[in-house]
Amino acid sequence: MNAVLECRDLAVAFGGVRAVDGLSFDVHEGEVLSVIGPNGAGKTSAFNCITGFYKPTSGSVSFRGADITGGRPANIAAAGIARTFQNLRLFGDLTVLDNVRAGMHVRLRQNAFDAILRTPRYRRSEQVATDESHRWLDFVGVRSDRTTQVRNLPYGEQRRVEIARALAREPQMLLLDEPAAGLNHGEKEELLALLRRISDLGTAVVLIEHDMGLVMEVSQRIVVISYGKAIAEGTPAQIRTDPAVIEAYLGAEDAEARSEAEQIAAEQAEELRAHENRARSSAQEEGR
Amino acid sequence: MTDPSLPRDPAGTQLPPEESSAYVRAVETKQPANVAPAGTGLTPAAKGHGPTSASRVVSSPWFAVAIVVLAIALPFIDSGAYTLRIATDALIFVMLAVGLNVVVGYCGLLDLGYAAFFAIGAYTAGLLSTTFGWPIIATIPAVVVMAVVGGLVIGAPTLRLRSDYLAIVTLGFGEIIRITANNLDITGGPNGLFGIPDFGDFGYRSDVTIYWFTAVVVSLAVIASSRLGRGRLGRAWRFVREDEDAAEAMGIHTYKVKFAAYVTGAIFGGLAGVLFAVHQTAISPPSFNFLWSALILMAVVLGGMGSTPGVVVGALVISLLPELLRGAENWRYLVFGVLLIVVMIFRPQGIWPHTPSEPASAARREPDPQPEVTA
Repeated sequence: MNAVLECRDLAVAFGGVRAVDGLSFDVHEGEVLSVIGPNGAGKTSAFNCITGFYKPTSGSVSFRGADITGGRPANIAAAGIARTFQNLRLFGDLTVLDNVRAGMHVRLRQNAFDAILRTPRYRRSEQVATDESHRWLDFVGVRSDRTTQVRNLPYGEQRRVEIARALAREPQMLLLDEPAAGLNHGEKEELLALLRRISDLGTAVVLIEHDMGLVMEVSQRIVVISYGKAIAEGTPAQIRTDPAVIEAYLGAEDAEARSEAEQIAAEQAEELRAHENRARSSAQEEGR
Repeated sequence: MTDPSLPRDPAGTQLPPEESSAYVRAVETKQPANVAPAGTGLTPAAKGHGPTSASRVVSSPWFAVAIVVLAIALPFIDSGAYTLRIATDALIFVMLAVGLNVVVGYCGLLDLGYAAFFAIGAYTAGLLSTTFGWPIIATIPAVVVMAVVGGLVIGAPTLRLRSDYLAIVTLGFGEIIRITANNLDITGGPNGLFGIPDFGDFGYRSDVTIYWFTAVVVSLAVIASSRLGRGRLGRAWRFVREDEDAAEAMGIHTYKVKFAAYVTGAIFGGLAGVLFAVHQTAISPPSFNFLWSALILMAVVLGGMGSTPGVVVGALVISLLPELLRGAENWRYLVFGVLLIVVMIFRPQGIWPHTPSEPASAARREPDPQPEVTA
């Protein structure tokens, strides 16, 4: 499998704090990769390094064979990486459709004179922008009125709009920073289905997420980060039983905690099996 | 929408999709205004709290056409020298306000030195036409070039700054331009330039010709700025205003986009300067002091930032109200000030604020495409 993204020894420091400290991992084409780790482990900082919002102090990032280390965020986005933000960063005063059109900005072929003169090219390109925006809003399942300001939408809908905006970029790789944060149970189920649909498009998805149920179910691979370093990497099944991971989450010395952790892991596995069964039965109903 | 992969409760029975009831309710209650399929009832004015007949009239394109026709027909209605004088002044002020609206309203860059571009335009046109004897029309390309150069020179260092810093630095540049004009010999120093020619003899009175020329240029400028605000670049400006980082993350080169807004504003300001130079026949540094920058900004804020009709109304209010208040003699600026404060207290969003809306063509064309189709 080819790597879309390769991070090598990535590091970024703020003063004395090493937020990311020698992080290496690959993202393969079309896979769903989750990045997990305790709060403050450097997950979001790593995202920011990849997308150019932070300049890495050392290390390299290459995307589809091209070195993008420390590039301007706009250029990295134009190269085919789209992202969402941990706290929603929508254009609150603008309409839902306009928000999604933002994702299409780099793909629209019209200039300022086309807009002033209302040339056929302008009309065509605006119609494409509108149609495609509707398509992506349908794809993520936004049911609210799309002509109102996006800040009038319920929180869960806003989350979906943000994903639609990123998808409208038609990226080769999508970085989602805690997409399930603040969603209720039903919305998380919808998110899971949506992540699968995105993956079916052939887009590589990198997910930062704290909801382990979701992570274990949707990811092909998981990278665990602690103190800015990757401490484990593997399939959900491998990660679930990895002693280094349990240690990172619960501390090393406490044997009691460890047994508790094992118990939690077992319970999670149980829950997951039930979950998978349900998902399978629903998939059969659907006939896919 | 009954997608079987969508919400389920833990027992595995299917729940009704959560938002659908609210959605159906919205369709029922807001049908004509909001959720109808293409073409029916989704006019820009028909947004939000339901259209009133007044707002529908005011937002139709024919209303704008009527205003333009009325503006051009003014000399036939009243060709008094005083009327034409204040009408020309008002139109030039509209042009300035519309130009600053691109910078402040669309792109959210607080520019406190906008009069600098006004001065650059007026001085370029004045200088070339008096000292070098160019016809005034021929100076226009030179004015555009100078305005762009001015925009690049001032914009390059300042546009990397954010909000408050940008305001202070542009304020400084505005003063630098004025003080430079005050001290150079070629610009006539404190006396300025005089004897600036008009557009030529077309068989009408000179002030009528100037008025018509101004009315046409300003109408085109208003239309251009309004259309520019709706296209790809106009959207990018709004994205930058709303959230620079999110705009970057979507591949929008925010520095370039801000530059484009700044230079566009500079061109509008420069062209307004040409009109001003011709209209006044004489220009001097005090015509371009900070008060001008402040008044133009006030027109934009008063009218409604980012709203072209609002800014036009704001500019007309700011330029015409002191004239209408002439009866109050020495009290008129006090009354003017109090009226502005009253308006900003009761309508802080402006007289005619921008309402984000979608044109009828933005309605979904297919009735209800299945999400899977796109996958």
